[in-house]
Amino acid sequence: MTDLTEATIYGLAGLAVFGIGLAGALGATDRLRRLVALKLCSVGAAFVLIAAAWRAAPATPDPVPHALVITGIVVTVSATAAALALIRRLHTLETAADD
Amino acid sequence: MTALADNPLLAFDLLLALAIAGLAVAALTVRDAFAMIVAFLVFGTLVALAWVRLVAPDVALAEVAVGAGVTGALLLRALAHLRGGSLSGRAAAPRAAAPTPAGTLGVNAVLAALATLALGLAWLGTSPGATGLETPVAAAMGQSGVEHAVTAVLLNFRAYDTLMEMVVLLAAVIVVWQVERGAADAPRPAMGEIYQGFARVALPVAVVAGGYLLWIGAEAPGGAFQAGAVLAAVALLILMSRIYRPRAAHRLVLRGGFVAGAAVFAVVALAVSGAGRVAFEYPPAHAKTLILLIEAVVTISIAATLAALFYGREPLSAAVPSSANRGKAQ
Repeated sequence: MTDLTEATIYGLAGLAVFGIGLAGALGATDRLRRLVALKLCSVGAAFVLIAAAWRAAPATPDPVPHALVITGIVVTVSATAAALALIRRLHTLETAADD
Repeated sequence: MTALADNPLLAFDLLLALAIAGLAVAALTVRDAFAMIVAFLVFGTLVALAWVRLVAPDVALAEVAVGAGVTGALLLRALAHLRGGSLSGRAAAPRAAAPTPAGTLGVNAVLAALATLALGLAWLGTSPGATGLETPVAAAMGQSGVEHAVTAVLLNFRAYDTLMEMVVLLAAVIVVWQVERGAADAPRPAMGEIYQGFARVALPVAVVAGGYLLWIGAEAPGGAFQAGAVLAAVALLILMSRIYRPRAAHRLVLRGGFVAGAAVFAVVALAVSGAGRVAFEYPPAHAKTLILLIEAVVTISIAATLAALFYGREPLSAAVPSSANRGKAQ
């Protein structure tokens, strides 16, 4: 890992995004922002997987982490939709209670 | 810094990595929620570009279509709901949350840093010459039925994961329909007349693009998930331009669409078993046909599911006022 490669640069970027997202999710007070922070966190984790799958050319990358991340992206969008439905419902209940 | 001299593109990589980290910070610090979502969309697009640089075009396609595109649409739709039907202006002020104590913030930061450090150690601790599963995958490609390694992993070698993924999508639609059942009817997002013209031009192109992505997935980057997301975008355009309005009578067809992907997948997996084969062990002679059949149905299912997740509540008959729905749901 002494050489500066694409994998090093983007792996570190992925770690940074993971940390930023995790800290944001723990500290957010707004539900929508907490959800976006969790999304950032998941993209950061996927980033590290993709960086780990990278191989110096001419070798091709490991396809298994790629497939895992594609599955992860679709699972994340499902979880996001469910979370947004809950956020909308909570908002409706709260505004009704305030009236 | 000899690496930079050898490979000038690394300078681009450095800038892109900085932009990605900067956008992540921006998304969490910008005050306005609309600006937060826009920053997140740009973030997702740049992440996809970074993944192209890491030779992961399939994942980049999925990220830009699902991770940024569909997720962005879901977030904007939720924001419009929270703001009473429009994206501008402020949200109906949520109850002022008490400011988080500094001690809690500090503990949070330390815990987040520790978790990140653990992930970093796991990644950096791998020996540089280590290989993953690319060699076994390359050795088995001949029996997979397709020429593209990622599609082979998704639909053949690790098809069980992909089946479960379809089940997760199905579960999400069930959750959203149940949660929204008692909710007040939100204003439906709609597009202006200019966008209706755009929809007429864009729809045929998007349908062709989706079909192409599905077909090409057998031998090049692409496949069911990317095609499904493109077709979901078609469905979103149709919904927002009011060309199609979901009605209660269509629920049976819609439910069929949601279930079809997981159902066909599972039936094929079980049908090929027997005579010494286990589930998911496609006969090599028919593997490509079976994989394309599964992918085609899965694509339609994904498109229908993602569109339903965007639309939100289950289409109930218009004659029933929402208060009656609420009573029925409880």
